[in-house]
Amino acid sequence: MTPSTTEIILRPSAEDHRVARHAAAAIVLTVAEAAIPLPLPGVKPGLANIIVLVVLARWGWREAAWVALLRVLVSSLLLGQFLAPGFFLSLAGSVASLAVLGLARHLPRRAFGPVSQSVLAAFAHIAGQLVVARAWLVPHDGVFYLVPVFALAATLFGLVNGLMAARLLQETSAPTAQQAGV
Amino acid sequence: MNLRQWLGAWAAFLKVGDLLVLAIALMACGLSAVTLWQGGRPDRAVIKAGGRVFAEVDLTVPRILEVPGPLGATRIEIQPGRARVAADPGPRQYCVRQGWLSRAGAVAICAPNQVSLALSGRNADYDSLNY
Repeated sequence: MTPSTTEIILRPSAEDHRVARHAAAAIVLTVAEAAIPLPLPGVKPGLANIIVLVVLARWGWREAAWVALLRVLVSSLLLGQFLAPGFFLSLAGSVASLAVLGLARHLPRRAFGPVSQSVLAAFAHIAGQLVVARAWLVPHDGVFYLVPVFALAATLFGLVNGLMAARLLQETSAPTAQQAGV
Repeated sequence: MNLRQWLGAWAAFLKVGDLLVLAIALMACGLSAVTLWQGGRPDRAVIKAGGRVFAEVDLTVPRILEVPGPLGATRIEIQPGRARVAADPGPRQYCVRQGWLSRAGAVAICAPNQVSLALSGRNADYDSLNY
């Protein structure tokens, strides 16, 4: 068969495969997390951010942004939330936390680990969500009444997710470190 | 592995800067709670009967007021920081069943007896009629 002149062949690069793999893991975590009943809308562990933190540390900000935004898009499609208010809240939170992560990764590595990045990103996440919520969904200062609850959740889940990311980074780098040692 | 070792293993991931960030985060939580949850503390109760102000009292000392209306006397109980309609001759007792009012802007209305109790404060964050 003669090759078509109009056929477009996509050749995914190694980076594309990596982004797809990590995004898939993040999406699974988001969907699994959606099954957990939570008392307040907006208070979620945000386990997918563990993946984003690992990708950020391993592969840089650009890939982390791809993973985070693909996660928001695909998980909203899977959960039937695409273009619903929750989708825009999630998107705003992700964009804000990516922006903060872009700055936070320049903090000195010696003193600031994944936990710092995680907590800062979690606060950026709630800030982004609150801005959208206040400007569009609940145009009343009443939304800020919940800020202390969100802040506490961001601290707690930021800590837990950061620890998980630190552990994952350590475990996935352990074999190479051992090989280097041997 | 016991609990202490387990916690220690996790704590090993925390660096100096991480602890600093966590401390700042906790301070932000406390600060936001203090600043955002302080508002709405009432300091006065305005009691109206038949559309006229019957009494304006500070919510500092406990006292009981008897407010006359067309059906009889409505008894209003004041305590530091809160107030309630303790008894009312009205048929449905809505204002009594509202219980203690403790936020600025909260209102209990005993419509049949034309008596209302409203709490006001410096920074009322809503009033329960317009809310």
